[in-house]
Amino acid sequence: MEMRSWLLDDSPASRGQAAAGRAYRIGLDLMRNPLTVLGAAIIALLVLTAIFAPWIAPEAWDGQNLERRLLPPSAEHWMGTDQLGRDIFSRVIHGTRITLMIVALVAVISAPLGLLIGAVSGYFSGWTDRILMGVTDVFLSMPKLVLALAFAAALGPGIENAIIAIAITTWPAYARIARAETLTIRNAEFTDAARLLGASHTRVILRHVLPLCTSSMIIRVTLDMAGIILTAAGLGFLGLGAQPPAPEWGAMISGGRSFIFDQWWVSTMPGFAIITVSLGFCFLGDGLRDVLDPKSETKR
Amino acid sequence: MTDPSPSISLRNLDIAYGGVRVVQGVTFDVARGESFALVGESGSGKSTVLKALCGLAPEWTGTMQVLGQPGLHRPNRAMARRCQMVFQDPYGSLHPRKTVDAVLSEPLAIHGIGDRDERVEQALVDVGLDRRFRFRYPHQMSGGQRQRVAIARALMLEPEVMLLDEPTSALDVSVQAEILNLLKRLRAERGLTYLLVTHNLPVVSFLCERMAVMNKGRIVEIAQATALHDGSFTDPYSLALYAASGGNR
Amino acid sequence: MSLLSVENLNVSFPTPQGRVNVVENLSFELGQERLGIVGESGSGKSMTGRAILRLIRPPGRVDGRILLEGADLTGLGERQMRAIRGARISMIMQDPRYSLNPVMTVGRQIEEALWVHERLPRREMKARTRQMLEAVRINDPDRVARMYAHELSGGMGQRVMIAMMLIPRPRLLIADEPTSALDVSVQGDVLTLIDDLVRDTGMGLILISHDLPLVARYCDRILVMNSGRVVETCRASDLYNATHPYTRGLLAAVPKMHETRDWLPVMDRTT
Ligand SMILES: Nc1ncnc2c1ncn2[C@@H]1O[C@H](COP(=O)(O)OP(=O)(O)OP(=O)(O)O)[C@@H](O)[C@H]1O
Ligand SMILES: Nc1ncnc2c1ncn2[C@@H]1O[C@H](COP(=O)(O)OP(=O)(O)OP(=O)(O)O)[C@@H](O)[C@H]1O
Ligand SMILES: [Mg+2]
Ligand SMILES: [Mg+2]
Repeated sequence: MEMRSWLLDDSPASRGQAAAGRAYRIGLDLMRNPLTVLGAAIIALLVLTAIFAPWIAPEAWDGQNLERRLLPPSAEHWMGTDQLGRDIFSRVIHGTRITLMIVALVAVISAPLGLLIGAVSGYFSGWTDRILMGVTDVFLSMPKLVLALAFAAALGPGIENAIIAIAITTWPAYARIARAETLTIRNAEFTDAARLLGASHTRVILRHVLPLCTSSMIIRVTLDMAGIILTAAGLGFLGLGAQPPAPEWGAMISGGRSFIFDQWWVSTMPGFAIITVSLGFCFLGDGLRDVLDPKSETKR
Repeated sequence: MTDPSPSISLRNLDIAYGGVRVVQGVTFDVARGESFALVGESGSGKSTVLKALCGLAPEWTGTMQVLGQPGLHRPNRAMARRCQMVFQDPYGSLHPRKTVDAVLSEPLAIHGIGDRDERVEQALVDVGLDRRFRFRYPHQMSGGQRQRVAIARALMLEPEVMLLDEPTSALDVSVQAEILNLLKRLRAERGLTYLLVTHNLPVVSFLCERMAVMNKGRIVEIAQATALHDGSFTDPYSLALYAASGGNR
Repeated sequence: MSLLSVENLNVSFPTPQGRVNVVENLSFELGQERLGIVGESGSGKSMTGRAILRLIRPPGRVDGRILLEGADLTGLGERQMRAIRGARISMIMQDPRYSLNPVMTVGRQIEEALWVHERLPRREMKARTRQMLEAVRINDPDRVARMYAHELSGGMGQRVMIAMMLIPRPRLLIADEPTSALDVSVQGDVLTLIDDLVRDTGMGLILISHDLPLVARYCDRILVMNSGRVVETCRASDLYNATHPYTRGLLAAVPKMHETRDWLPVMDRTT
């Protein structure tokens, strides 16, 4: 209770308290929506599983044993085994690491890139804007998956190249959002006031414009995560992403497709994992949108 | 006033936005340490003159000098320490996601000035804000409280010239009285020069020595503030403004 | 039946010392008349207006009963509230340019405000918008209708906001410092326009302002607020004879045209 009133204090006594209070309030708002909580729980579970994968999984991800090929789900093998006799449950658990890595790297590469390009473009307008947005539009005009496929094929198969290919296809959408937001901020008097204090354009963009774009960016990235996971799985399925024997979910589905009718579990189990995690990100993203919506944000 | 050259000197200043001229042929001088008022019709270009002075309205022609320096077409760091502006709208001029503390520390950070904690606390005291406001966000404050933060921000760099765009129009009379007293005191203590935009003639009477009346982008009259005592204006628009403000009653 | 009745309105925000009321036990009735609310900065004037429209965000909390033409507003959901805002109760916010959409032209925004209320053909909408802008004394309304919020001067922004709030012809108008950025002559015209609406359409008006002479001139009744409470209620014509020391303090702080005082008297704000 003391902690709570400290956090909700309307006249905080330090920078830290002010920031913590804001975070706490956002957290409280998020907790009000059960679906958001569910989404957050799924993501938290994903992260924990990835961290503790070797301890959670009963077997190693590459433990072949041809004597127990294609066993159906049972008490011993919760998700059955695949054509090389590997425990699918263990592979799905280890696969969380790959999924999490893809998601995190794509977010780390493409969101800041898009944010920066969009903010610079919107802030300076004129020629800078026209050139940057021209490039952005070229990328946007092509279907995402096709573009990712083209890049992945050009760069060669492999998980790193798949990540780069996906990142390249996702930033333009972020740049567009950031630009739109920047246009509304650029003419605000507080940016004029900052410039009058002697702040450089760089400082205005980094310290004044970007912080106001980030909330819509966080929402968008979270909602896009599902798409990113699906694209990564798609690339894996087509053999352009992670290479066997890596336990990448898409590649695992692909591995089971020749016996999908008789041994359905080989493809279905990693499919469930993909759906669950994608849904988790969608729920969380929806909740974040309700809470962080930039329109209500300015009043927060 | 040992230095005879004026703080602000404008000759035939024209200002445009996107090619549309909104201010024409503005000419006046403001002496060092003087407090000069710009009054007039809403939309007549008063704020625009102030913006041009600090480089925020780049499309100007004519001659402009601020503290002996030629006029600017964009804000500059050196001038920032000598000339600051308080904006008209206390809601738009504070970043919605920065605490009062961050707003007041920023000018110090930009210019590498130390002692930030003490200076921020002192600035809050100077504008009559309680310490508990220091880590609040703008939305947690009333209009008047925000405007005081904006004034404190302008004072952080200890400028010589203050461009004040309706600094008290969003404030209630009691805070207005405090801010007017504060501005008067600061001017006496630090020898500040004020260029004040307002539509409130009694404020001019309290704070300023001279005034210029603007109408439709032009200055129609420059008069002593004492003209407000007896209404001795010559231009018909000035007389109408004076009458509408309750002069001669 | 009165147009609006407010009973025991409380608005509170949490602080380390527990919840603090920024509006406390406020009650008033409003008929088809003009009510002024005055008081110093931070006394809770805007919060009262926002509370009536239920625009206070958590962690702020509102208690009390608010009846609009006999119907209780406190129980309504957000969606029903949205139907009331703008159409039946309008509020001119204190932060005009900040309340306007920065990426939509002024004309479009006014048309949109009208659209919510009545569907008219495009031509007619444009004409009505133009008429309204003229009514708030905007010179060259066609040019201004094509402008964006940041291109307006402070006073123009305020008048656009007023136009936007008046065009749906609300039953009740809450005007929070509607004319603070306007010069006196335009101010007079705008308030006369509002005044005409009160007289002709029976609109109720709550005028929130710190400009005592103005409130005295344009209102019938005045509430004086101090730290969230009403300290004095009087007829507008009696404002200058007010007895409460707080009101007298406010009156003394107004600078005069023939100002000769070196310092203006300020209030003791040690609380
Ligand atoms: N960024 C801009 N782009 C285009 N026109 C603008 C811009 N800023 C201001 N104007 C126009 O310039 C004119 C003068 O505006 P300004 O803000 O200087 O008026 P003002 O005298 O300060 O009025 P007020 O008392 O209402 O604040 C107005 O007609 C306004 O529409
Ligand atoms: N989110 C919030 N959290 C805490 N306190 C708040 C919050 N919002 C407003 N307040 C406080 O509520 C009080 C009343 O504010 P309000 O905006 O109603 O004042 P006001 O009478 O309209 O003043 P002004 O004339 O300056 O606009 C102020 O002291 C303000 O600091
Ligand atoms: Mg202005
Ligand atoms: Mg207010």
